[in-house]
Amino acid sequence: MKTIIKIDPMTRIEGHLDIEAVIDNKKVVEAKSKGTLYRGFEQILTGRNPIDAVQITQRFCGVCPTPHAIASSQALDNAFGVMPPDNGRIIRNIMQGSNYIQSHILHFYHLASLDYYRGPDIPPFVPRYEADYRVPETVREKLVEHYIEAYQIRLKAHELCAIWSGKMPHMASITPGGVTIIPRIDNITTSLWRLKELTDFIDNVYIPDVITVGQIYRDYFQIGKGCGNYLSFGLFDLDSEPEVTKRKRFFQMARMSKEKVYPVDVNQIAEDVKYSWYDSSSHKHPRQGDTTPNPDKPGAYSWLKAPRYNGESYEVGPLARLKIAYETRSNPKINQLIDETLNKLQVGSDELCSVMGRHIARALECKVVADEITGMIMQVKLEEPVCVPHQIPDSGEGMGLWDAARGALGHWIEIQNQKIARYQAIVPTTWNASPKDDKGQAGPIEEALIGTVIDDTNNPFELARIVRSFDPCLACAVHLAEIGKSEKTFRVI
Amino acid sequence: MSLKKSISRREFMRWAAGVPLAAGMSVHFFPRLAQALEEAVKEYPLIWMQNSTCSGCSVSVINTIHPSIKNVILEQVLPGHQLILSYHGTLMAATGSMSLDAARETARKYQGKYVLIIEGAIPTKQEGIYGYIGEEEKPITMLQWVKRLAPNAMAVLAVGTCAAYGGVSAADPNPSGSMGAQEVFQMLNINTPHINIPGCPCHPDWFIGTVAKILLYGMPKEKELDQYGRMKLFYGRSIHNRCMNRDYMDEGIFAENFGEEGCLLELGCKGPFTSADCPVRLWNGGVNWCIAAGSPCIGCTEKGFPDQHSPIYQRR
Repeated sequence: MKTIIKIDPMTRIEGHLDIEAVIDNKKVVEAKSKGTLYRGFEQILTGRNPIDAVQITQRFCGVCPTPHAIASSQALDNAFGVMPPDNGRIIRNIMQGSNYIQSHILHFYHLASLDYYRGPDIPPFVPRYEADYRVPETVREKLVEHYIEAYQIRLKAHELCAIWSGKMPHMASITPGGVTIIPRIDNITTSLWRLKELTDFIDNVYIPDVITVGQIYRDYFQIGKGCGNYLSFGLFDLDSEPEVTKRKRFFQMARMSKEKVYPVDVNQIAEDVKYSWYDSSSHKHPRQGDTTPNPDKPGAYSWLKAPRYNGESYEVGPLARLKIAYETRSNPKINQLIDETLNKLQVGSDELCSVMGRHIARALECKVVADEITGMIMQVKLEEPVCVPHQIPDSGEGMGLWDAARGALGHWIEIQNQKIARYQAIVPTTWNASPKDDKGQAGPIEEALIGTVIDDTNNPFELARIVRSFDPCLACAVHLAEIGKSEKTFRVI
Repeated sequence: MSLKKSISRREFMRWAAGVPLAAGMSVHFFPRLAQALEEAVKEYPLIWMQNSTCSGCSVSVINTIHPSIKNVILEQVLPGHQLILSYHGTLMAATGSMSLDAARETARKYQGKYVLIIEGAIPTKQEGIYGYIGEEEKPITMLQWVKRLAPNAMAVLAVGTCAAYGGVSAADPNPSGSMGAQEVFQMLNINTPHINIPGCPCHPDWFIGTVAKILLYGMPKEKELDQYGRMKLFYGRSIHNRCMNRDYMDEGIFAENFGEEGCLLELGCKGPFTSADCPVRLWNGGVNWCIAAGSPCIGCTEKGFPDQHSPIYQRR
């Protein structure tokens, strides 16, 4: 007999999401997720001064405003024909790195970890699902302590960002052509010491905690595998190549399919809408995409379009970046870190493609990023320019490609009469939570959910654990990709 | 609150005792006082509804330093006063209908005694169908939640510019018909006392300060609020009048491009039209603020943000 489970609302994620799963003989055979809020950002952006996009698009998401500010600035750099000087490039990297650290720590401790142990018996830690909490009491006490400590440490990552950005959330100091902040020696010193504290926490608390949870929930290296394709637009600009796809990056822009790494050709990205509530033409590049909503479209079940690369679904996020780095051996330190961790856990590298693998990847990446921006802070040069002046052209087009903490992020802008004529973005959660495409292929979260065994339909914690491992950000996905004019509902499967 | 709950909290304090950063001062430094207060502690259930929002105000409020967020949600935030965070979509352990039951139960059990916190604007177009949280056969819109929870609350705090005035969520052409709480209350004839704590996001100190004021002294008097329902204490003076760049302006030094020293007026600074204490309070533990980072004030605490201040980087 088929049972339907509804998780409505899905809490401890960013934004508003409902999950619905059809269970047959204890197994998930179908699932739907619904984004339940619509703001209509594309309409809000149209007609505004192009530079305002840097501020407005940050408001997609209060957890990850930084990548939106950077992607939209890159799109404007591109449209205006300017490139930030070294200081501007480096300071953008530092701001992004600090946002990764904040986001990853927040995700593991405050969004995901309560799926694996009981918090204190007071609100907001009760009520809760009666899940298979297997963590021994001594470990649990430590995790609760670290949950609290993580609140204090993540705000230091925000401070680190604000030292350069003015404030967080929602940064002030980013502009087309670079950044606005004039670096001072005290910015550098105080950043380094905050990073030291963050690095100590990541090394001595965060990574060991994730490994401990991974050892106890060993079976979650087998659950929630996903689609097996990985995409990253790359992170941290290392040079000032004007063509964004040719720019040298610390995490390179690449994709991985069947364990092999390939370059990314942005023209291969198209959005299908067969199962989405749009009358728009299907299989369009985001630059040409249109959005004509039709909530009554037969057969459709989602307000999300289905972005595909060369017709295939791709998972984005820390796992994608680390898989690509590991396979290409682009940085020996990353391979060493992954190998050591896999050894400790006694799991194979193929098992990283799982619920627990995503948590491990996020934690290891947090360390890599903290180390990397420590080096970058030392590259900031006092007395040198932070931005180049820009002029808004009468018309033009621009593209920004970047990796948010949650994965590949693209912004596309079209300018006419010095105003925004069109603004499109594909955000990480649109890739991960996409519905079926025109060929009927499921999206990454869909793939990860289908086939999962649900022990007790009254406590479907397995579903929550899978969905949360992707760190979904509905504030971004729904507000952006859903550019319809009627109510907002999308379904993961 | 039940005995069971008190014991649980004490238990928790024991676990948390090893956390050096935020050791509960009340218990560790004043054990006898803490014991005495444990008997007579006033508890204030909070229901925190996130509506049309980016969650940035929640993310900002948990940046509170003194008190820490641990002090705020797990301890007596002030001697004898304890907040109980019954519902918060991003932080609570429960998920699904269980989470909403917690909100419903709190509203029922503590009628007239809970504080409703509204984050984000409230979509009102087509009866609010653009935003909903949970369902009872049909989706429950955010507008319906406001109708249910606001009239019986002790007080409503509209946290952030979206909740106070609509903000970015209600920016032109306002596709979801979003409104700030005040406007919705007028529309629905809801008379619960409420205070706006705007900002994009809301500064943690503004939130904690307003809460502390209510706990210790009751709702602010009319003369303590400005015409936009904000506490004058935090929003009573203009950014411009206390700006660190006033000397540049007086000397006629204006930045013409970003990254240059000087008053930012020509680059679109909205400091003269914006009231908040950012120049003296600063952000994120006092490390910086927009203007010190070489960036103009964008007027984020004002009613009419962002439209009234657009284009953001042009002199008004």
